[in-house]
Amino acid sequence: MSVFRPNWQALMALLATLYSLTGLPFTESMSSASSLAVVAILLAGALLSMLPLSYTLQTAVLTLSSFGAAALLIAGLTDAFGTAGQGYFAALTAAWLLGWRLVTVLSGDGSRGSEGRGSALIVPALFGIWVVILWECIIRGAGVPFVLLPPPSAIGARIVTSTSILAADFQQTVLKAVLFGYVVGCSTGFLVAILADRFRFFANGLLPIGNMVSALPMIGIAPVMVIWFGFDWQSKAAVVIVMTFFPMLVNTLAGLAATSDMERDLMRTYGATHWQVLVKLRLQAAMPFIFNALKINSTLALIGAIVAEFFGTPIVGMGFRISTEVGRMNLDMVWAEIAMAAIVGSLFYGALALLERTVTFWHPSYRR
Amino acid sequence: MNEPSFIRDRLIPVGSILLVIVIAWYVAAYSMNAPFQRDFDRRADITRTAGEFFMKTMSQPKPTMPAPHQVASNLWKNTFTVKPWSKRSLVYHSWITLSATLLGFAMGTALGVAIAIGIVHIPALDRSFLPWIIASQTIPILAIAPMIIVLLSAIGVTGLLPKALISTYLSFFPVAVGMVKGLRSPDVLHLDLMRTYSANKLQTLWKLRIPASVPFFFTSMKVAIAASLIGAIVGELPTGAVAGIGSKLLAGSYYSQTVDIFAALIAGSIVAILLVTAVDVIGRFVNTRMGAKTQ
Repeated sequence: MSVFRPNWQALMALLATLYSLTGLPFTESMSSASSLAVVAILLAGALLSMLPLSYTLQTAVLTLSSFGAAALLIAGLTDAFGTAGQGYFAALTAAWLLGWRLVTVLSGDGSRGSEGRGSALIVPALFGIWVVILWECIIRGAGVPFVLLPPPSAIGARIVTSTSILAADFQQTVLKAVLFGYVVGCSTGFLVAILADRFRFFANGLLPIGNMVSALPMIGIAPVMVIWFGFDWQSKAAVVIVMTFFPMLVNTLAGLAATSDMERDLMRTYGATHWQVLVKLRLQAAMPFIFNALKINSTLALIGAIVAEFFGTPIVGMGFRISTEVGRMNLDMVWAEIAMAAIVGSLFYGALALLERTVTFWHPSYRR
Repeated sequence: MNEPSFIRDRLIPVGSILLVIVIAWYVAAYSMNAPFQRDFDRRADITRTAGEFFMKTMSQPKPTMPAPHQVASNLWKNTFTVKPWSKRSLVYHSWITLSATLLGFAMGTALGVAIAIGIVHIPALDRSFLPWIIASQTIPILAIAPMIIVLLSAIGVTGLLPKALISTYLSFFPVAVGMVKGLRSPDVLHLDLMRTYSANKLQTLWKLRIPASVPFFFTSMKVAIAASLIGAIVGELPTGAVAGIGSKLLAGSYYSQTVDIFAALIAGSIVAILLVTAVDVIGRFVNTRMGAKTQ
């Protein structure tokens, strides 16, 4: 017991690996030898990870064993759709448990400080990779029908083969409707807030209305906009404008009220005019709120444009493609569009977060 | 400076801005409906006075922009003059949407709280899962709503549950994020005090963390219930206009019934306001009973 340092993930992995020996070979196309190789890798990984190794060595062992076994398991699915037995899934569970152990080791026990800046990216990345591995293995191993949920490999293949369609949809929905609507909606919301702030009466009246409208299902105006502005991207941009206007208005108004009397009094002792106070003090203080609205709006804009396309479009666009390809049961195309939307959404959000860091570097949440 | 007064700081500004909106709505209705009316009159060879012409733009059967009183009378007719369980009643459609919203909201809230408790207690989950929860919301999930509905109906799940699942997805996020914040809100002194009592994790959770998270819980539930309603409405779009506010919108868009669309929108807005207000009132009541200071 002094040599071994047992933990529940490795012990469970050990049990699962031993159980997987009852179901050899794992799939129809896997030989007994390669199945046994998987078992050997898993056993070695589980046992070695319980030894008192150094941090680096332990992560290396866990990485090699979990991903090595997963790679062999995925390779074993070639020409063996839906033939995986219980042994296969037991081995997959063991590999996944070792992957979990790796994440636990990398994230520390919570009491220590962060394990270095790298793990902040690696740990979530590992989680994502394991979701994809499990998705691929379970769908193909258990033979889930393609129309229900295509495996990630098929989606990837579809993205590669139909880049021109995806590019056209991207141009129609994101570059035309979303970008135009987002810029116009956010800037009008901002300008109206600045104007309303000049006159207390307006601000008092607009804030409750804006707060209420922000909670309403504004997406419902999509059919009206399609009737007014036609099927092309203008109607989608209009939906995006209406959806992004109110969050921006409300957040900017709240942000402009975020300075304290002390700070404003200081500006007054400097003899600053209203506009100087606005630009040099209050807009700076409002920046966290404005970025909050920009982030909320980045998601809303994409949703608004895609949903508006369900109500009528020319024969191009992400929402159009999703609704028609669902009807034709081409689910890999649908998932390719969703993957593109997810990547665009995340990049948009990430860019805004980076910009926020540089603009509001003074904010307490970035202090280390 | 002055004492804040409800009438001067709230009622008059909000009222006058609402008045401006209604007037602007009438002006928009006139100017957007006028071209069609002018065209119509020229074809029928009718000459009208300006007053007659104005009245005519306010009462078209399928106006480009329905006037407020047209929407109001449609709303009145479909709410109070028909039986609430008939298919023409907005009460019926609102109820369909509301039931999906509430089911999805309940499931989403439970899921969000469970995820938050897990994240607070398991460091590996915190490091690996939380970034993906945030990333999941940058995906326009509503875009997959129709696919989820079609898929679930392909394997025999129809009716309330598919719509509720979309609501669940939209509503779990605000609850999860708010509850992680809330469960971590007790400060170190309080946590240390619990440790000196030798309280175990479960006791700390139940007696310190959960009571401390209640204000966060209600704030995030207000966001979640609004998101949940949107999920239910969008979830009704691909079901082919069977029932619910979303299907009223779709049917209205097929037949260019703008008055119907606006009436359905207003019905949805009323449901939204009622739901958010209900959560707000319950939250205030609970917070007061738990000893929160009233502002």
